Amino acid sequence: MNAIRQKKTIALSRRRLYSVIAVVAFIALAFIADRFFDAFTLRVFNLCAIYIVLALSLNLLNGFTGLFSLGHAGFMAVGAYVSALLTMSAQLKEMNYFLVPIVPWLHHVSIPFLPALIVAGLASALVGFLIGAPVLRLRDDYLAIATLGFGEIIRVLITNAQAITNGAQGLKGLPRFSTTFAVWAVAGLVILFMVLLMRSSYGRAMKAVRDDELAAEAMGINVFRVKVTSFTVSSFLAGVGGALLGHMITTIDPKMFTFTLTFNILLIVVLGGIGSISGSVISAVVVTVLMEALRFLDEPMNLVVFKTQGMPGLRMVVFSILLMVMIIYRQRGLMGNAEFSWDTLQGLFVKKGRKGGDHV
Amino acid sequence: MTLSLLFQHIVNALSLGSLYALIAIGYTMVYGILRLINFAHGDVFMLGAYVAFYGITLVSLPWWAALLVAIVFTALFGIGLERVAYRPLRDSPRISIMISAIGASFLLESLGVLIFGGRPKGMPVPEVLSNVIHFGPVSMIVISLIIPLFTFALLAVLLWIVHKTKTGMAMRAVATDIEAARLMAVDVNKIVSFTFGVGSLLAAFGGIMWSFKYPQLNPLMGVMPGLKCFIAAVIGGIGSIGGAVLGGFLLGIIEIMTVAFLPTLSGYRDAFAFILLIVVLLVKPTGLLGKRQAEKV
Repeated sequence: MNAIRQKKTIALSRRRLYSVIAVVAFIALAFIADRFFDAFTLRVFNLCAIYIVLALSLNLLNGFTGLFSLGHAGFMAVGAYVSALLTMSAQLKEMNYFLVPIVPWLHHVSIPFLPALIVAGLASALVGFLIGAPVLRLRDDYLAIATLGFGEIIRVLITNAQAITNGAQGLKGLPRFSTTFAVWAVAGLVILFMVLLMRSSYGRAMKAVRDDELAAEAMGINVFRVKVTSFTVSSFLAGVGGALLGHMITTIDPKMFTFTLTFNILLIVVLGGIGSISGSVISAVVVTVLMEALRFLDEPMNLVVFKTQGMPGLRMVVFSILLMVMIIYRQRGLMGNAEFSWDTLQGLFVKKGRKGGDHV
Repeated sequence: MTLSLLFQHIVNALSLGSLYALIAIGYTMVYGILRLINFAHGDVFMLGAYVAFYGITLVSLPWWAALLVAIVFTALFGIGLERVAYRPLRDSPRISIMISAIGASFLLESLGVLIFGGRPKGMPVPEVLSNVIHFGPVSMIVISLIIPLFTFALLAVLLWIVHKTKTGMAMRAVATDIEAARLMAVDVNKIVSFTFGVGSLLAAFGGIMWSFKYPQLNPLMGVMPGLKCFIAAVIGGIGSIGGAVLGGFLLGIIEIMTVAFLPTLSGYRDAFAFILLIVVLLVKPTGLLGKRQAEKV
């Protein structure tokens, strides 16, 4: 008895040790990346962090609460615009708004990045709450199409509110706040938040709603409140992700936040496994790297033997086929709804049958 | 506003409404049978227009022959699409099949960019259709008149098929209950294929007429009409063919009239449909002509 317990404690501390080593190694990698990577690679590296935030935010809805939402690009747009307008200097705004002057109450607002980021998230959460309260009465595909509709409405509003958002011209020269440190710190916090959330009673209530709404209701869960909470939190994260994206690309306009952007995030979530945090993280990295790596498909190629014309569209062909193949042949995605653990990793390398009976 | 201008707006609204109705029927039939939002439907619409375009320009077919070839090709394509992308997932959760539909839609759009090119192409409009005719002070293009006429003719045929033929009866049976229909010896796969074929045929016809009226083609031309027509189907009551037609006309009329009478709001044109959708979903989720369905536990 005692021996087993001791073995368990050792296994537990060993897993902790692995995790600490992994985190330290990653921080080291981030420092190296920040120092030595060339601008393009570093950008891809940081984009991974942003997509992790966005994928987790969509997975919270699609995977953990069972709400199929397609309006994510809209919430990202809200976050990106709020943060941009709060941080840009008065001078920069004057340069941007040459067609219609900016409304006076926004002209001289200029606050530091961190509060702006939080306000961006809150603004997006507020929009999410206002939209969610009526829309979440709908189910499945009706919810999907209604959220898609709201995403489009947000975009149309941004395009037309010339004096606030500069309309279709968009905003240029956003301060470059999305540093390696900033984006990965946010990504780390969001991962931690999601893990803790899913272990809490709130997270369990969300999963209960996902698995069976009626049963959840019978257990005394306020289904509607859980849905609205999940939607609001997800909007907050999407807003933060959108703001980070804006401050990385440094140019935003309404065309950026179309359904295609939601599609990319959905792709990440499906590939990683609907309902898996670690799946989303891994898949965010893989898809982001692939998206950049496959950019060559769209551009003219010069392979010694033959030259190909650029084939714009080929990259998206590859990704749509990837999504369809995945959903048809392996619906569980990379991780299903399981989570990464050191034991499974070990199981991959060490021969099975060793009876590593320390399941947690 | 003069009377003749008003009349012109009405004709425009009717022809846009007819086009919306044609596409909305495809959504509503597929949804009625499979409970699936066929996101790729708008792209099937685009495909029909492009096939007709290449029929006229590359093969130099007369326009009516190109139209026939295009709608047959597109109908077959729709049947194939269901086989490949939706049939393997028929027993999966509805969300999976919807994700597959989103994937199919993006695939068609990007294939469109790849094969047809991203740059817009001008549709050669046959002279018969682009002539202007005059009724006293009112003048209009032939195509604007032809579209509603053809739409009503097709609709009559469709309603005859659905309500008077054996295939139509099988379609209604499958829409009511797939399992029970199968037990009554209805070949469900055949009926689903037939439904997709008819839906795609109507979408192709709509797409070609659309490109005769607004003669510009691009691979993303189906996205907005597709979304709007799905909305039209929901407004009318999804699953009901009459509802889809009603919804299509309502949407077309509202859109044209708002732009005509309140030009300051024309920037928000694409948002109208969505606002209307959300209002309908919240007030009467079954749509204007839809039947209420009891929730199964």
